[in-house]
Amino acid sequence: MSSLTASASVLLDAISTAEGVTVQLHGEWRLENITAIETALRRVPTDAPRLRVGCAGIAAIDLSGAWLLRTRLAQARSAGAQVEFLDGPPEHFAFIQDMTAHPPAEPAPEEPPSLRSVMAWIGRASVSQALQQRAAIAFLGRVALTATRALRSVHRLRLPSITRHVYETGIQAIPIVSLIAFLISVIVAYLGAQQLRQFGAEIFTVDLVAIAVLREMGVLLTAIIVAGRSGSAFAAEIGVMRLNDEIDALRSMGVDAFEVLIAPRVIGLLIALPLLTIIADAMGLAGGALLSSWLLDISFAQFVTRAQDALAPTTFWAGLVKAPVFAVLIALVGAYRGMQVRDSSRELGRLTTVAVVQAIFLVIFADAIFAVAFVELDF
Amino acid sequence: MNAEPRPEVRPPSAGAAARGLPVVSIRGVVNRFGAQVVHDGVDLDVYQGDVLGVVGGSGSGKSVLLRTMLGLHRPAEGRVYIEGKDVTHLSQMELSAVKRGYGVTFQHGALFSSLSVAQNIQMPLREYFPASAEALEALTELRLRMVGLPVEAGRKLPSQLSGGMIKRAALARALALDPSLLFLDEPTAGLDPISAASFDQLVAYLHGQLKLTIVMITHDLDTLLTVCNRVAVLVDRKIIVDTLAGIMNHTHPWIVQYFHGSRARVARDAVRGER
Repeated sequence: MSSLTASASVLLDAISTAEGVTVQLHGEWRLENITAIETALRRVPTDAPRLRVGCAGIAAIDLSGAWLLRTRLAQARSAGAQVEFLDGPPEHFAFIQDMTAHPPAEPAPEEPPSLRSVMAWIGRASVSQALQQRAAIAFLGRVALTATRALRSVHRLRLPSITRHVYETGIQAIPIVSLIAFLISVIVAYLGAQQLRQFGAEIFTVDLVAIAVLREMGVLLTAIIVAGRSGSAFAAEIGVMRLNDEIDALRSMGVDAFEVLIAPRVIGLLIALPLLTIIADAMGLAGGALLSSWLLDISFAQFVTRAQDALAPTTFWAGLVKAPVFAVLIALVGAYRGMQVRDSSRELGRLTTVAVVQAIFLVIFADAIFAVAFVELDF
Repeated sequence: MNAEPRPEVRPPSAGAAARGLPVVSIRGVVNRFGAQVVHDGVDLDVYQGDVLGVVGGSGSGKSVLLRTMLGLHRPAEGRVYIEGKDVTHLSQMELSAVKRGYGVTFQHGALFSSLSVAQNIQMPLREYFPASAEALEALTELRLRMVGLPVEAGRKLPSQLSGGMIKRAALARALALDPSLLFLDEPTAGLDPISAASFDQLVAYLHGQLKLTIVMITHDLDTLLTVCNRVAVLVDRKIIVDTLAGIMNHTHPWIVQYFHGSRARVARDAVRGER
C-alpha cells in the first residue's frame, strides 16, 4: 500500500548566476507530493530575467505536476522572464500545449460588485419573495379547486391511494401514538396527584387527567407526532418525485398532480388523524386510570364514575373537532414544501425540515386560537 | 483484515503474454440474486492501453459487472484483481488505496447536486491531499480544460448544466486524481448524436494522450466502433471478449443481431464513410 503523502522531499535546486537562474528539477512530481511541489514551485523566482529549467532529473511527473509547473512558469514568463528548457520540456507539456491550443470560449469577465448590482440583488430578492407568496396562494387556490371538483364527482377520488395513506399515516402510527399518550397521561396524573395530595384532594386527579387528555393532550400530541411522521414523509415523497421529473410526467399526461398526489394525502390524513385522536384519548384515560388505581387507590369503577361526573358532554368533542383542522394543516404544509423542491438533494432535506417545523408550529398556533375561541364560546 | 494468503494472479491467457500483466483481471466471477444467476463464471482481462467496450442486453448484468470491478459489489464467487490486487478480499484501507487509482463516471453523472462543479472536482483532491487553495484552483482549471469545459462552468451547480456538460463534468471529476484507469458507465447515453460524437472524440483524445486504460459500458454502436479496440459481450451469463473485428465476425445469434441489425448497419456504414 502506498502511503498517502510521500516524504516531503526537495524537488528543486535553484542556482543563481549572473545571467539568470538555473532550476534543476528532480524527484517525483506527482499528485501524492502536492505539498512538496507547492513548496518547490514557490522557490522558482518570477523576477529573474532568464530562467533555465532542467528536467532531466525528474523521476516521474504526472499531469497535475506538469500543470502546476507550467502555471508557475507562465507566471514567470508574464513577469518578463525568458524561460527555456535545458533538455526539452517534461512529459505532458506537449499534451497541455495541444489541449490549450484549442481553448474553450473564454467567459466574459464578471462585472465588479457595484451599487447597481446591490440594488439589483435587493430587487431580485423582493421579486422572488413576492413570487413565493403568489405561489403559496396559487397552491391554496389549486387545492380548493381540486377539492370542489372532487366534491362534485366522488368517483374522481382515488380510493386505493386514500386507503394507502390512511394505512401509512394512521394504522402504522397507532403503536407510537398509543405509547406516547399513555406515558404523558401517566406523567400528568403523577404530578397532579402529588400536588393535590397536599389538599387531600387526590380524587381531583381524575378530573385533571380526563379533561386534560380529552380537551388538549390527546389531539395535540397526536397531531405533533403525525406532523413529524407524515408531514416529513409527504414533503420527501413529493420532493423526490419532483427531482425525478415524475410530477412533470404526470402533468404531461394531462393528469392533475393535485388530484393524484395531494388530495389523497389530505383526505387520508383527514380520516386518520381523528381516529388516531380517539385512540390517543382512550390510551390517555387508561394511563390515568392505571396510575390512579396504583398510586391513589382509586378503583377502575370509581375512576369511570368520577370521570363521567367531571366531564361535560362537549369535552370529548372539544378535542376531536380540532383533529380535522390539524390534519389539513399538516398535509398541506407537507405537500406544499414537497412541491417546492427543485434541483438538488440539499433542497429536499431543507424543505422536509421546514415542512415539519412549520406543521408543528401551525398546529400549536391553531390550538391556541381554538383555546381562546372555546373560552369565548363557552364550549 | 485479510487473514488468508492472497492468491496469485493466474497467468493470463495465451497470446496476451506479450502485453504484460492485465490492469483489471476477473476470474470465475459468479453473481446471483436469489435464484437468478446473472454471471456464471466470467473471466476477463483488460490490458494497459485497452479501450474495452462492454455490451449486452438489458438485464445481462453489465452494471453488476462494473460494480463488481469497482469493488462496490462482492461477487458470490470468483476474484477481481485491479493492478494485481484482489479487490474482493482487501481490507477497507487497502481497498481505498486501490480506489484512488481509478476514476469512474456513472450513468447519470452522479455529480453531488449541492456542490458546484468545481467543488465536485475538488472533492477527491481535498479528501486525499492537503493542497493549498491556489493549487486546487489550478488543478480544477486543468480538469475543466481537459474535458473541454469553460472555466466559468466550475461555478455552476450540476442542475444548471446541460446533459452533455454533466457528462463532461463527471469525467473531469473522474480524472481529478490523475488515474491511469477509467471506468465509464454509459458515457454517451441520453446525449444527442453530435454531443455523443464529440464526447467520443474527447475520450479517444484523452486515451491517446494520457495512455489511459478505459473500461466502458455502452449501448452506443458509434462509440463502440470509433473508440473501443476490444469488445466484451455479456451473453448467456458468460462473457465473450475479442477485438472489434473478431466480435463482429462472431456467430453467436445475439451478437449477429447486435452488429448486423438494421440500426447497426446504418451506424457501421456511417463510420466507414467517415474513414
